[in-house]
Amino acid sequence: MYGALWRRIPGGLAGRLAGMAGLLISALALLFFVIFPIVEPHLPWNDVTVNTPSLSEPPSAPPASSVSPVPGVSSLVP
Amino acid sequence: MAHTHHAAVSRRRPDLRSVVGVTGEILITLGVIVFLFLAYELWFTGLYTAHAQSDFKKQLQSEWARPLPSPVASVLPGEQPGASVAPAPTVSDRPVPGDAIGLIEIPRLGSNYSYAIVEGVSTDDLKKGPGHYPGTALPGGIGNFVVSGHRTTYLAPFNGLAELVVGDAIVIETRDTWYTYRVTDLQTVLPTDVAVILPVPGKPKATPTKALITLTTCTPKYSASHRLIVDGVLESAQPKSAGPPPALQGS
Repeated sequence: MYGALWRRIPGGLAGRLAGMAGLLISALALLFFVIFPIVEPHLPWNDVTVNTPSLSEPPSAPPASSVSPVPGVSSLVP
Repeated sequence: MAHTHHAAVSRRRPDLRSVVGVTGEILITLGVIVFLFLAYELWFTGLYTAHAQSDFKKQLQSEWARPLPSPVASVLPGEQPGASVAPAPTVSDRPVPGDAIGLIEIPRLGSNYSYAIVEGVSTDDLKKGPGHYPGTALPGGIGNFVVSGHRTTYLAPFNGLAELVVGDAIVIETRDTWYTYRVTDLQTVLPTDVAVILPVPGKPKATPTKALITLTTCTPKYSASHRLIVDGVLESAQPKSAGPPPALQGS
């Protein structure tokens, strides 16, 4: 699989190394910024509260908890 | 017959080999992805929290440095609020969800242990730091000041809660006051045991008379089966002008 990929990338040794590095970085970015953040909430070890937050939330509170107070931070990890 | 059978096997062998090879490569790749996910959870999520915490702390410093919007910060107990003088509620009276409301410092967990507490306990809030349950008491207030935090991921602010012993200090720093709480109890409860965050824990109808604190996180580590609960009671409230409280000076 990886051997076939290696043979398919053009550009001699330098081109192949660069191509493989590019693919590796793209795969890592896809995992860390897209796939892992999607998977994470479905796993149990991040549950730290004792009930659903809505139970204790005052009815008059504005529903702004999802808005990041610092623009840009929320986009670092989706 | 035997000859043709042998020939068929030897002709098929390269295919079989490449199938096994590709399967092996896929399995190794999946294994590497699992390790990468571990690195993501235990380390990469902490980078996000560290960034958010540093922003919160800067935000608190600049907010605390500014004078209050109104010189009348509170209504005296004997006065009738809303009669003639109706001061606008200060920021701390009703925290904005998603904003930092103060700092938590626990000397037992190190002299540098300091986290900004965010208002709210949604998944997004808790990614940024320990979260205050909206609707529970505010720091120093009569009732129960409830804060939840991650144990193993997102910088793991509450990782060390199990090391606390009765009598340890939990200090909450707000704009103008240091609130020193003392740990009274550690307990392990089920995730559904909402009674621990009541104004009077365990007594739904009771009227609170004491200022309590409750910290919650998951237990055992890497599990969601139970919750670790740390209870404390307010020992002292010291104005910031008087310097750090004794609990912080010993460290």
